[in-house]
Amino acid sequence: MANVLAPQKRMTIGEGGLALTFAALALLCIVIAAKAYTPEYAFHAYLFTAASVASVFAIVNRYYDRPAETPLTIDGKPNYNMGPVKFATIIAMFWGIAGFLVGLIIALQLAFPALNFDLPWISFGRLRPLHTSAVIFAFGGNVLLATSFYVVQRTCRARLAGDLAPWFVVLGYNFFILIAGTGYLLGITQSKEYAEPEWYADLWLTVVWVTYLLVFLATLWRRQEPHIYVANWFYLAFIVTIAVLHLGNNAAVPVSIFSPKSYIVWSGVQDAMVQWWYGHNAVGFFLTAGFLAIMYYFIPKRAERPVYSYRLSIIHFWALIFLYIWAGPHHLHYTALPDWAQTLGMTFSIMLWMPSWGGMINGIMTLSGAWDKLRTDPVLRLMVVSVAFYGMSTFEGPMMSVKVVNSLSHYTDWTIGHVHSGALGWVAYISFGAIYCLVPWLWNRQLYSLKLVNWHFWISTIGIVLYITSMWVSGILQGLMWRAYTSLGFLEYSFVETVEAMHPFYVIRALGGFLFLCGALVMVWNLWKTVNAAEAEQPAGVALAPAE
Amino acid sequence: MADEHKDIDAVTGTATTGHEWDGIRELNTPLPRWWLWSFYITIVWAIGYWVVYPAWPLLTTSTQGITGWHARSAIITDLAELKVQRGPLMDQLASASLPEIADSPQLLDFARAQGRVAFADNCAPCHGAGGGGAKGYANLNDDDWLWGGKIADIEQTIRFGVRSTHDKGRAGNMPPFTGVLKANEVSAVADFTRSLSGLPAEKGVDLALGTKLFADNCAVCHGEAGKGNRELGAPNLTDKIWLYASDKATIERGILQGRGAVMPLWDGRLSEPVIKALAVYVYTFGGGEK
Repeated sequence: MANVLAPQKRMTIGEGGLALTFAALALLCIVIAAKAYTPEYAFHAYLFTAASVASVFAIVNRYYDRPAETPLTIDGKPNYNMGPVKFATIIAMFWGIAGFLVGLIIALQLAFPALNFDLPWISFGRLRPLHTSAVIFAFGGNVLLATSFYVVQRTCRARLAGDLAPWFVVLGYNFFILIAGTGYLLGITQSKEYAEPEWYADLWLTVVWVTYLLVFLATLWRRQEPHIYVANWFYLAFIVTIAVLHLGNNAAVPVSIFSPKSYIVWSGVQDAMVQWWYGHNAVGFFLTAGFLAIMYYFIPKRAERPVYSYRLSIIHFWALIFLYIWAGPHHLHYTALPDWAQTLGMTFSIMLWMPSWGGMINGIMTLSGAWDKLRTDPVLRLMVVSVAFYGMSTFEGPMMSVKVVNSLSHYTDWTIGHVHSGALGWVAYISFGAIYCLVPWLWNRQLYSLKLVNWHFWISTIGIVLYITSMWVSGILQGLMWRAYTSLGFLEYSFVETVEAMHPFYVIRALGGFLFLCGALVMVWNLWKTVNAAEAEQPAGVALAPAE
Repeated sequence: MADEHKDIDAVTGTATTGHEWDGIRELNTPLPRWWLWSFYITIVWAIGYWVVYPAWPLLTTSTQGITGWHARSAIITDLAELKVQRGPLMDQLASASLPEIADSPQLLDFARAQGRVAFADNCAPCHGAGGGGAKGYANLNDDDWLWGGKIADIEQTIRFGVRSTHDKGRAGNMPPFTGVLKANEVSAVADFTRSLSGLPAEKGVDLALGTKLFADNCAVCHGEAGKGNRELGAPNLTDKIWLYASDKATIERGILQGRGAVMPLWDGRLSEPVIKALAVYVYTFGGGEK
């Protein structure tokens, strides 16, 4: 076989098909742009056109540059595909900074409403979804993409499945973020919390997400290990469930292909229920299952200790995914939602407490025999503190789902404090920890400065503490003021008085957010210096290197 | 697993599962007992809760729970309790006339308590939290009343609003004089208006022209002496209280463009006793007239 030495380069069906598809999409989008009902929608159609044309060029260019074949293994070792992982890691930090900054701006707007400047596109109403989507889906989502593609390869000892597909997933996902974010600023929204993007963005995300699922499954399929590692169970649960949630909550009928507007098929209390089934499980499967997967790989790796309990990981995994999906109605206590649904939402939230803590136990107890490393390794400390925050918020959550507690806490800042102890403490910290590990591994460098990690840790920890304590005090104060009655049976406070009472706490919260942003900027600097340093002579220290 | 005991972790002395992924192993530690029991307890608690409260959906209804608790009946009970707490005073407030309320210290206290909350939620956005007003929104603390400061006047204004288009609403606009008066005439009237309350006039102003123009155009509503007319809501221009502002530019703008600020009517939006309570509350700000 002569062509073993010099295999002939052929354009694959995938390359050709994808290039043609993008060319067709570009044409379609030009037509849509020309006939669009609103200039904002035309702008989005042009963005789709530009991205499609760029994709065709990129695919063709890549075809000329690439070798004839990409080997799955080199010298018996898997030929890992780390390009998409690197891209997602960098872009995660970019979106993270953007999201934290917008969070700081809206925190300041709440404390000082004049900062809305009477400009519609930077008003609180538009920036708030920009903040939530930027931190959850743009920052968190890219961290999940990066780590899942890294972890699934390493723990399966297999190259990522697909040639263009992994790139399509990371680039396509970030294009979705671009459409969603610019849409919010231009006033395009379907007004569903955490699911604001309109039908065409949702449709695009569906294609990207199904590809993500297929890439992940196909990589698991070609694994060289007899068993699937626990982190991959969590990633898979996250990917599958988010697909289901996304489809269910975004079932909508567009007004026209030339209009950004659509109508949700659900209505009334059913819509509310579907929305919070989605909303709560976005917390459960995006922000919990996905990030538990990160924990299950990066903590044992960094601590160089075995996972505490395999049995616990099985039991708490199945209990968590079975129970979480029921908990949504606790967002609708004391509403038109039937009593029975509220009861189920609350009781399943209570039963969810221990399954959540199973993850915390497995994360923290993995350090047994390596506790001393907390003193010397701030990266490990970030991750362990993150698990502690996870434990705290997963206790607080079930507690707040109890109806009597909820009657005080609901609609107050306590909820915001709860969300941020999970978001800043758990999700962001485990992400920071993972990225501090990933960047030196991916670029084969030494981390520039552990001291800066230490600074990052302390600055942002103070920020988190300021944030959540001010919101606890503010929320409980707010709840108590709302329900206070005079001896004559009238409300003690008017609404505006309760708003006024929040002001000092809003200022403290903004300060907390500012510190958190500062910490993240220190991190970006540290990573920048790491990537731009000379390549490490040997893999970055035995302690930090992933085993081959 | 047969190979379970082959690989023992030296630090903990616990067996691993025998697998390894990218250098990560897993201990086969049993479930922590306290964790497992806590999990069982939450499950038992949840089952107990299902027995007590409405919980599982059936074909057309749901399990009702042994207590018969229902959110809708609970809110009805709460409202009934509140009614008991507010008690007979609420009924008295509904039936009493305004002077009767003003004369009964107990009823007055009650009305003011209700009025304070209602004012903050409905009136404060324009009139300010303490009724201090703002430019174009009347100050309710002073003795100057556009439409009358007796308690019944105040009630009528609250109930039917100002320029609200309701038949019983306060009506009367200041018309715009654009095209009626020339620029120098507007200036002269503004100067004269300022002089009514003793504000210093600029040098060389023609107060005589202003006096004449005022008498011809303004006195019909504001009165010969500029003392105003409550029937029409025409402000008294001789006191030092200004609804908009006392500077000449603002007065000129009022003359040129006219004035006709609207206060919404509250009849039908607030309940009877609440409107009364608001009237009493505003009356007791200090400027109320006998």
